[in-house]
Amino acid sequence: MSTAAVLSAPAVHSLWTTAAEPVDKIPAPTIEYAQLAPILIVVGAAVLGILLEAFVPRRARYHAQLFLAVVGLAAAFAATVGLAASGHASTQARIAAMGAIAVDGPALFLQGTILLTALVAVFTFAERRLDPAHHGHRVDSFAAEAAAVPGSEHEKSAVKAGFTTTEVFPLALFAVAGMLVFPAANDLLTLFIALEVFSLPLYLLCAVARRKRLMSQEAAVKYFLLGAFSSAFLLFGIALLYGYAGSVSYARIADVVDGAVTDVDPALASTMGNDVLLLIGFALLLTGLLFKVGAVPFHMWTPDVYQGAPTPVTGFTAAATKVAAFGAMLRLLYVVLPGLTWDWRPVMWGVAIVTMLGGAVVAITQTDIKRLLAYSSIAHAGFILAGVIAATPEGVSSVLFYLAAYSFVTIGAFAVVTLVRDAGGEATHLSQWAGLGRRSPLVAAVFAVFLLAFAGIPLTSGFSGKFAVFKAAAEGGAGALVVVGVIASAIAAFFYIRVIVLMFFSEPKPEGPTVAVPSPLTMTAIGVGVAVTLVLGLAPQYFLDLAGSAGTFVR
Amino acid sequence: MSFPLLTATAALPALGAVLTAAVPAARHTAAKWLALVFSLATLGLAALVAVRFDPGGARYQLTESHAWIADFGVRYELGVDGIGVALIALTALLIPFVILAGWHDADPDQQSNRRWRPTQGFFALILAVEAMVILSFEATDVFLFYILFEAMLIPMYFLIGGFGDRAHSGSDENAAAQRSYAAVKFLLYNLVGGLIMLAAVIGLYVVAGNFSLTEIAEARAAGDLTMATNTERWLFLGFFFAFAVKAPLWPLHTWLPNAMGEATAPVAVLITAVVDKVGTFAMLRFCLQLFPEASKWATPVIVVLALVSIIYGALLAVGQRDIKRLVAYASISHFGFIILGIFAMTSQGQSGATLYMVNHGISTAVLMLVAGFLITRRGSRLIADYGGVQKVAPILAGTFLIGGLATLSLPGLAPFVSEFLVLVGTFARYPAAGIVATVGIVLAALYVLVLYQRTMTGPVKPEVRSLPDLKARELAVVAPLIALLVLLGVFPKPLTEIVDPAVRHTMSDVQQQDPRPEVEAAK
Repeated sequence: MSTAAVLSAPAVHSLWTTAAEPVDKIPAPTIEYAQLAPILIVVGAAVLGILLEAFVPRRARYHAQLFLAVVGLAAAFAATVGLAASGHASTQARIAAMGAIAVDGPALFLQGTILLTALVAVFTFAERRLDPAHHGHRVDSFAAEAAAVPGSEHEKSAVKAGFTTTEVFPLALFAVAGMLVFPAANDLLTLFIALEVFSLPLYLLCAVARRKRLMSQEAAVKYFLLGAFSSAFLLFGIALLYGYAGSVSYARIADVVDGAVTDVDPALASTMGNDVLLLIGFALLLTGLLFKVGAVPFHMWTPDVYQGAPTPVTGFTAAATKVAAFGAMLRLLYVVLPGLTWDWRPVMWGVAIVTMLGGAVVAITQTDIKRLLAYSSIAHAGFILAGVIAATPEGVSSVLFYLAAYSFVTIGAFAVVTLVRDAGGEATHLSQWAGLGRRSPLVAAVFAVFLLAFAGIPLTSGFSGKFAVFKAAAEGGAGALVVVGVIASAIAAFFYIRVIVLMFFSEPKPEGPTVAVPSPLTMTAIGVGVAVTLVLGLAPQYFLDLAGSAGTFVR
Repeated sequence: MSFPLLTATAALPALGAVLTAAVPAARHTAAKWLALVFSLATLGLAALVAVRFDPGGARYQLTESHAWIADFGVRYELGVDGIGVALIALTALLIPFVILAGWHDADPDQQSNRRWRPTQGFFALILAVEAMVILSFEATDVFLFYILFEAMLIPMYFLIGGFGDRAHSGSDENAAAQRSYAAVKFLLYNLVGGLIMLAAVIGLYVVAGNFSLTEIAEARAAGDLTMATNTERWLFLGFFFAFAVKAPLWPLHTWLPNAMGEATAPVAVLITAVVDKVGTFAMLRFCLQLFPEASKWATPVIVVLALVSIIYGALLAVGQRDIKRLVAYASISHFGFIILGIFAMTSQGQSGATLYMVNHGISTAVLMLVAGFLITRRGSRLIADYGGVQKVAPILAGTFLIGGLATLSLPGLAPFVSEFLVLVGTFARYPAAGIVATVGIVLAALYVLVLYQRTMTGPVKPEVRSLPDLKARELAVVAPLIALLVLLGVFPKPLTEIVDPAVRHTMSDVQQQDPRPEVEAAK
């Protein structure tokens, strides 16, 4: 007993000391607040938005939230530009926040794109002139009270009281924050957390349409279930990759892939360096990302979600999610796996080909404008993949450019969709668009510009983007992919043209929809869309330079 | 820096298009006059281009070069050779007549929406097409050319689909459906051709690193740039496919009869006399210059396809019951001649082909526009609905006959010169092809004269009895064009002087010499 006590005394002591010392020695994480400013501003604005929701009286919330969201996004964008201007996009590119987040050219370019897209999207969120006023209250695209059961008395009283779901603004800000981190994430855990941070608000946003609420909720459930699946795949992939490399840091995994690591973690000795884990883990990781960009065969959610979600949310999701997810995919493929290029390339070839062709072919049979745009976005994901596959710096910059060009066309196109209305809300069935060009030549002409950009007709941004990715793909040795892409473009052109035919060459129906006159908010969104489409089509050089100088990832 | 004449020639109609489109809805007559004035001013600039062009000078003249999209290796490079000058002149010449002929084609109807401004749209689109066609004849950068080649489809598409022929036999709804079918067919055929060309354009960039026609030619001549045989052939095919759709060459021609049948007569002229010329022009400028070896390799097949076009187009023209479709098939036959002349690889053949482009433009314009005047009067496109028109409207019948005779290449009218040159040039290298092509001329006589006989001669049909003769405006459209046909038929020298040096350059690109005449060789 005494010996035990004697023995245990120093043991206890050492226990105390060894336990105590590391507490002192855990280094305080160094956070480069300035370099993370864009993300922090948006998160701060989102948190503030929740407080506003709690403390500001209901009638003032809409204006307060809108103001906060616009100022937050604009400030974050200014911070991004400031970072890029001070060299963080090129010479000063660094890994920040203890290796969790990269601040480099591609990250800043994508963050800037996401912020601008979100800013324009917030304008469409805030539109309140399209629907006729309910009980004297102006209403937007969102449910009076999302928690009220559709068709219930509760809902009716909420509508009567003039409630609006102003929570959409902080939700959108949280989504934006996640999207900002996603393409900048420099380790797999940050990647996963960013994915969840931007996905969960999007699921919610999908569910809060004012009209066709059941459809909206169904869309949200589908999006959530399939999204949860894909998150699970991603997480499992991360686990396997941890087993393979003993780390979740991109740089460390890349070193293990290159065979540059000799110190094996004893706990992982049996799995480290096992290529089976690497390949399976990476395939699962890619699955998760391909789901988010809506690539075939992981595209099933796209049409339902695009159709069911409130149209401003659809535009935002379609544009910004794609930017964020492709950004993350680029970083993974280029930073973690340059040594694995020949392993992932054939798979991505297959995915790109079926995505381009599948999206274009299925789109032909669509009769709803939002579903049509959904399938078109799938085809576009395929085109972007062609640039990803190039595996060259030109490939990166071409994808960056394409994403910027595509996101503004998308936001603009969906903003136009919100304008065409009949008594039941938005008239999204294609037959209702017949003769729109005769009733409202200007709106139809603007939509035609967007459609031509989607189709990649020269002098629009769609052409510049398509040319950039195809050129990069051809130079990267994927000439066959270019040929498939060109064929898919030809198929896709058919259904874009069909909509134009419908708008301009068909006689208008007597009880057809009318075009609502929007407030300056939506007009700004559409105007920005048209301007970007034409500028990037006619004089893309400045933006190509911008994307070109942002083509290198920091490791 | 000197005055950018070439840019101005293309920018002026573009400016006109914008201004015309901006004219308020109620002032639609002002829009017409504005468009006409701009087209005439463009003609003035085009004349200035022709005067400033020195046939004995450098290959490309009046050149302009500015940085544009450096990342794609694209520059804004313009320059004209003799072929370009001739075709710019043709385009600028025809557009005022097209506008004048279509003066009432897009007048707003009473019940239409106040904001729907068809007249402004119609004339603005015509000027937009003119601007893009002229710029495409000037572009010496492959990418710039490609952009215009594709972009001009959009205004053409709206012209075909949006402003159909009011003299349609069926019901209104049926007419609209057929028209939109024709417009979509036009667009899809050309878009697919263009997209295949896009793949080849990207391929060219990968091989050559830039798009400048002159730089690529220099690099090839200096041996800095070599293309593997197969690469060159694939690239050639990509380019040629697009041009053959546009030209149009059998079997890619099927969009043309639809488009020309459903469009109004002035738009049909715009398609066949102006826009389609970009296809044949591009074969001469891009296919032969960029891919000389592959061009020679493909020549036998292309010659055969051109012959099929000549005979097939003529045979189908003989069988047509619809006047406008007849002219369309005749045009397919004529495009066969043009392509035959280009790929005969002789200087007479290529000079003839270039003259043919110009002359076919003028002669088809006369025939089609007069046919359009006739169709508007009677309200039917079917040949069987006419008879004895020459007794009722002798001037109309007379001008129609002259247009027809020009189409069948009567000696003394301009098309004879070009057709003769093409046949001589072809015969020198491919005697058999020359003989087969001659059959096309015989068939041309058949379809033109039978058309005239059925519509203009014979007993006067009751529905035709009250048809008015050509009005002053219509005569003002037709008379100058006929005068030009006669002038170029008797005195083609000004045109050949401009064209010949350009053709010599092209011949040296493909390293071809004219075969020596047999008799001389035998000595």
